[in-house]
Amino acid sequence: MNPPPDNTPAIEVFALTKTYGSGNTEVVAMKDVSLRVAKGEVIALLGPSGAGKSTLLTAMGLINPPTSGRITIGGRPVLDGPKPLVDLRAFRRHHLGFVFQKANLIPFLNAVQNVQVALEINDVPARAARRRALELLDYLGVADRANNLPSALSGGQQQRVSVARALANDPNLILADEPTAALDSHRGRQVMELFRKVAHERGAGVIVVTHDQRSLDVFDRTLEMEDGQLKSSQKPD
Amino acid sequence: MNLALHDIRHNVSRFVLTAVGIGLLLMIVLGMSGIYRGLIDDALVVVDHIGADLWVVQRGTRGPFAEISRVPANLEHRLRAVPGVASARTFVSHNVQREHLGKPLRMNVLGLAWPEDKGEWVNLIAGRPLGQPHYEMIADASLGLPLGEKLALGKDTYTVVGITRGMVASSGDGIAFLTTRDSQAVQFDQSGEAIRLERAARVQRVRVNDVGRIQPSFIERGGGPSSSIPALASPMVSAITVRLSPGVDPAAVAAIIAAWPDVSVHTRDGQEQLLAYGMIDKARRQLGLFRVLLVVISTIIMALILYTLTLDKIHDIAMLKLMGARNTMIAGLILQQALLLGALGFGIAWYVGGFVFPKFPRRVLITPDDLWGLAGVVVLISVLSSLLGIWKAMRVEPNTVLS
Ligand SMILES: Nc1ncnc2c1ncn2[C@@H]1O[C@H](COP(=O)(O)OP(=O)(O)O)[C@@H](O)[C@H]1O
Ligand SMILES: [Mg+2]
Repeated sequence: MNPPPDNTPAIEVFALTKTYGSGNTEVVAMKDVSLRVAKGEVIALLGPSGAGKSTLLTAMGLINPPTSGRITIGGRPVLDGPKPLVDLRAFRRHHLGFVFQKANLIPFLNAVQNVQVALEINDVPARAARRRALELLDYLGVADRANNLPSALSGGQQQRVSVARALANDPNLILADEPTAALDSHRGRQVMELFRKVAHERGAGVIVVTHDQRSLDVFDRTLEMEDGQLKSSQKPD
Repeated sequence: MNLALHDIRHNVSRFVLTAVGIGLLLMIVLGMSGIYRGLIDDALVVVDHIGADLWVVQRGTRGPFAEISRVPANLEHRLRAVPGVASARTFVSHNVQREHLGKPLRMNVLGLAWPEDKGEWVNLIAGRPLGQPHYEMIADASLGLPLGEKLALGKDTYTVVGITRGMVASSGDGIAFLTTRDSQAVQFDQSGEAIRLERAARVQRVRVNDVGRIQPSFIERGGGPSSSIPALASPMVSAITVRLSPGVDPAAVAAIIAAWPDVSVHTRDGQEQLLAYGMIDKARRQLGLFRVLLVVISTIIMALILYTLTLDKIHDIAMLKLMGARNTMIAGLILQQALLLGALGFGIAWYVGGFVFPKFPRRVLITPDDLWGLAGVVVLISVLSSLLGIWKAMRVEPNTVLS
């Protein structure tokens, strides 16, 4: 397999639409959304609650297939409407990284094991996985908490571990849904800067849903959603 | 990295408690099969140990264990004349329930054909076989009679000279070995008044009868002991046991005896079949069915436990799926925990059972076959019961992480 040329976008979506339910209870959560994110680009996705941000993000994350539209990740068509064109679960483990409002760490694994498990899911041998997991924790500044269970970590530390886990398999695309909502503004900003660093240093596309107006300067671009549609695309000052 | 073990280590106390619960349940399954085996084994102890090749019993009966059989004691002399018979002995056995030191004492009195049989074949763990034709007994340890203990039965007192282990009747009651004469004395013991009444009735019958009028000395005879009246039969025995000379085909000798119109004959195998599939058949089937029921219940309980353990982890499982974990990894997590739980439970069942079962009043016999069988059943139970949890885990959508 040839590595894709550098100008291949991290993700490209065309005319994504998502309706939940049917008949009287039908909700159009996302309508005709198209966008493209380049490698190394870090993007903020804004919009009021219920605008469809999470719907778009989970569609791009291949865990909530759209009703119609197409998704291409790293140059590879993966979804045509709800129809998968690849093994979605295998695709997720190789190419995607997720971060959510809650860290969602596995409570019975310590910090380094939580990162390690993502690598072992990808068939990295245990020793190599552990070494790489420790490197990642170091990269994110939580190496000293490697052997602590999530319950012994602060919210910020947990979120860093979850970012480390998202980075573990060098994904083409990192999707983050309100990753700083549970953190104070200082820690929130640190995490946002981390995303920027990851995008720029590792060449991954990063899309972050956020309400935090103060951190927008970190992003290369912001997108805004309203009523299921993408409103505008602009560069921050 | 083994997720199953990490999860268990994170929740050790809960896992151990669950395993103890399952272990005790499995111990009951094991105990039930032990009681089942013990029942069969107890029923066959006498038949197995007494070393008889043939059992000659009352015509048409399946005695002497499964039903009452009465044959005359002198049948043994006829049997000794049959070619191929090495020895023939009377067999007498009956249950008595008396009181000893203020406690009920239930035992099976088995007659030994003194002087040929002094009880050398029983499993003596203390003392010696019988040393004299009267007033001695060998008692099973389960009767709780120590060596030298004196026990009044009928009009006589018997001294315990030997102790056996595991010699019980099919009822589970310990056996007391007396000479045939003594055991008949116990069996047919009557009070002085009963004997006086019987003699008076006899005199009365003879007096109103032709015989008594023609020959008045009969009236006098009728008032004396039974043994002095040849026309009255001596007490019957339950059966005659026959031992064959080496190399003789039991079926051939049995065929000869079976042709006699007054008795029936059973081989040793036949006698075992009569016991296992006749006498204790219902109890055996009852226990067998109960055992099946317990296995089913254990499976259901374990399935519910594993289902609950899976539900507790459902969020983590969704997260693993979201990260792209394969189904084999997730099913493996649940299955490994099920097997560990089963294995630990099995170990606890075995260990605790080793302390508990010997304290049971009847024998609980755990054979290696049954242990292996239970191990197999535990593996099966573990796999089956994990299916419910696995099914739940397979159905969980990765995006439930978000809710
Ligand atoms: N699973 C679902 N079933 C039905 N409606 C849903 C579901 N998920 C989201 N919605 C609806 O879709 C719309 C968009 O929701 P969402 O994508 O979560 O918005 P946001 O993340 O921008 O707050 C909302 O009106 C919400 O009620
Ligand atoms: Mg949302």
